[in-house]
Amino acid sequence: MGLPNTEMEDFVESEYAQGFVTEIESDTLPPGLDEAVIRTISERKGEPPWMLEKRLTAYRHWLTMREPSWAEVRHPPIDFQTISYYSSPKKKPLLDNLDQVDPELLATYEKLGIPIDEQKALAGVAVDAVFDSVSVATTFRESLAEAGVIFCSMSEAIREYPELVKQYLGSVVPHKDNFFAALNSAVFSDGTFVYIPKDVKCPMELSTYFRINEANTGQFERTLIIAEERSHVSYLEGCTAPMRDENQLHAAVVELVALEDARIKYSTVQNWYPGDNEGRGGIYNFVTKRGDCRGDRSHISWTQVETGSAVTWKYPSCILRGKDTVGEFYSVAVTKGMQQADTGTKMIHIGENSRSTIVSKGISAMHGSNAYRGLVRVAAKAENARNHTQCDSLLIGDRCAAHTFPYIEVKNPTAQVEHEATTSKVSEDQLFYCRQRGLSEEDAVSMIINGFCKEVFNELPMEFAVEAQKLLAVSLEGAVG
Amino acid sequence: MMLSIKNLTANVDGKEILKGINLDIKAGEVHAIMGPNGSGKSTLAHILSGRDGYEVTGGEIHYKGQDLLSLETEERAQQGIFLAMQYPVELPGVNNMTFLRESMNAIRRSRGEEEIDAVSFMKLVREKADSVKLDQKLLKRSVNAGFSGGEKKRNEILQMVMLEPYLAILDETDSGLDIDALRTVSDGVNLLRSPERSMIVVTHYQRLLEYIEPDHVHVLSDGRIIRSGGKELALELEARGYGWLLEEAAA
Ligand SMILES: Nc1ncnc2c1ncn2[C@@H]1O[C@H](COP(=O)(O)OP(=O)(O)O)[C@@H](O)[C@H]1O
Ligand SMILES: [Mg+2]
Repeated sequence: MGLPNTEMEDFVESEYAQGFVTEIESDTLPPGLDEAVIRTISERKGEPPWMLEKRLTAYRHWLTMREPSWAEVRHPPIDFQTISYYSSPKKKPLLDNLDQVDPELLATYEKLGIPIDEQKALAGVAVDAVFDSVSVATTFRESLAEAGVIFCSMSEAIREYPELVKQYLGSVVPHKDNFFAALNSAVFSDGTFVYIPKDVKCPMELSTYFRINEANTGQFERTLIIAEERSHVSYLEGCTAPMRDENQLHAAVVELVALEDARIKYSTVQNWYPGDNEGRGGIYNFVTKRGDCRGDRSHISWTQVETGSAVTWKYPSCILRGKDTVGEFYSVAVTKGMQQADTGTKMIHIGENSRSTIVSKGISAMHGSNAYRGLVRVAAKAENARNHTQCDSLLIGDRCAAHTFPYIEVKNPTAQVEHEATTSKVSEDQLFYCRQRGLSEEDAVSMIINGFCKEVFNELPMEFAVEAQKLLAVSLEGAVG
Repeated sequence: MMLSIKNLTANVDGKEILKGINLDIKAGEVHAIMGPNGSGKSTLAHILSGRDGYEVTGGEIHYKGQDLLSLETEERAQQGIFLAMQYPVELPGVNNMTFLRESMNAIRRSRGEEEIDAVSFMKLVREKADSVKLDQKLLKRSVNAGFSGGEKKRNEILQMVMLEPYLAILDETDSGLDIDALRTVSDGVNLLRSPERSMIVVTHYQRLLEYIEPDHVHVLSDGRIIRSGGKELALELEARGYGWLLEEAAA
């Protein structure tokens, strides 16, 4: 008696609850990419000449590059000339007053359950919502400002804090880094800028919800977080996108800089439209995320829960440059239908006594394909570097797949690098056992999956751990029974 | 009548496994089902608890006057059917106490009762764990994950005494247990024995029946009950084996 596949699959086949489109007039550039488009983007955003120069340099370099083809994902070639590179809501609301925000927009957030409201405020979360490419609402700026924390859109940072932006933008992910990073550096639309001064513990979780709304609008977010000496910050990025027929490209770049004794915790809950069960539609997500533990004893932790996107290609990484630095990566990636995910991390040990931990949990259902790709590199100077990697896959049904590709490069004999991998299945036995104890099949599945993901959920800020559990339950709803 | 099975026939993978089972169990009775390996004991236990993968081809089952076969697995559990499994399943990452509490509350909710609060639950589970001699440490571990065979069986009995079913089915709970564990399991069962509860004890060995005195003993062979009797039947089987019965049945 094998797994009752059809029942399992029914459980996976829940409609994407967030597939609706907001009717808002947009100011959108026609599709296509050339230097004129880049000049227009820069001009519309009122950027200084040095920023335009940075964009053009990146664009010229991008023209010499080719799209990577080595990831364990398959998708039709992307025609970069069919994408529009700029879009902003036409009725620009005032930033200081939620009442003046387009009600349609707020209604959209409402439907998504994005708490850009007082409840979230009471929970102590400042929300900087990015709607398509332009920030439309910012809360709690003042109390953050009191602490000396800068939390604003990237466009604003370019205007208001040019010295910080010049010093740090591209210092972790240079435009030459990879194809999508080059593209992003040329056309990035907006994003978030965070600066935590010395000795400041950021008084609240910072969070940004990204949302892709315009048909055929690529999203090229750019995020930069700088934590000065002895400062702490925890940041959450959450994403959802409405249902669309054409594949939408998303190529974000996130740069984190941690100076001496600083701690950055970056958590992502991502729920983009994954495409229908035949693989039509859905978001292509090619993201470069990298943290630089520049100062001694600095600490960067990435936590991600990924349930969306048709194709995901993403490796949040840490460069452990300082002595006694710590890098962590905790990840849950769900693939179902025809979703493909190629994710993992890179831990680059340069400093002495640097330590890294990798916990990767992949869940595949239906025809989902999940690949973990992790690189642990220990440089010659990195005395006593330590890495522990735990890589677990959970399969629901027997037509899905999980692959693990650990790459280990050790140039220092004192290094200790450990890798553990397991693959398990949500079995018919387990479901029967739970149901025989009175639990519904859905509760059983979500219990088993939450159990599987527990080590990662434990790393999320409390209120988001609850959200992540719900998200997982919703995304695997109908997966069985 | 707690349970009434009439002419039950069932297939697994197109092969007929149960070939006409008749069995009546009154409230308060303990029935032992014995029989050689492969005779269909687990199949019967699974069909009673509603496991997928079995095709009932004929007959009826009534549980407390209802048509049992029309109920979902979890509905049967909510209405008081409990199966202690021959091979308890591991649930990695799912905390043993959380699981038990979710289970209790799912059953309570289905009956329109209040959920048990955390404090009362903790008190109860500690007390019951002691009564079945389950190491308290195992309460904090994942359900059955890495438990020894004996620990798994004790955990099943813990769940049973916590959930207080009306019809408890124990599928070879005694297999692989040392005499001490056997005694604890039997204590758990005897503790639950009451006029409103019934039990089906599936076992290979007469040994268990020294501790749990059955009201009736049935011998299942090749999908049929070939002999029913009192507890003395178990002793006779112990002394003479199954061979003579099988021959008689074939004759
Ligand atoms: N899942 C299954 N697939 C195929 N055959 C099965 C399955 N489960 C049980 N059987 C067959 O059904 C018969 C009865 O098995 P079972 O009920 O487990 O017997 P018992 O518990 O009495 O040892 C055996 O012949 C066994 O091989
Ligand atoms: Mg059996």
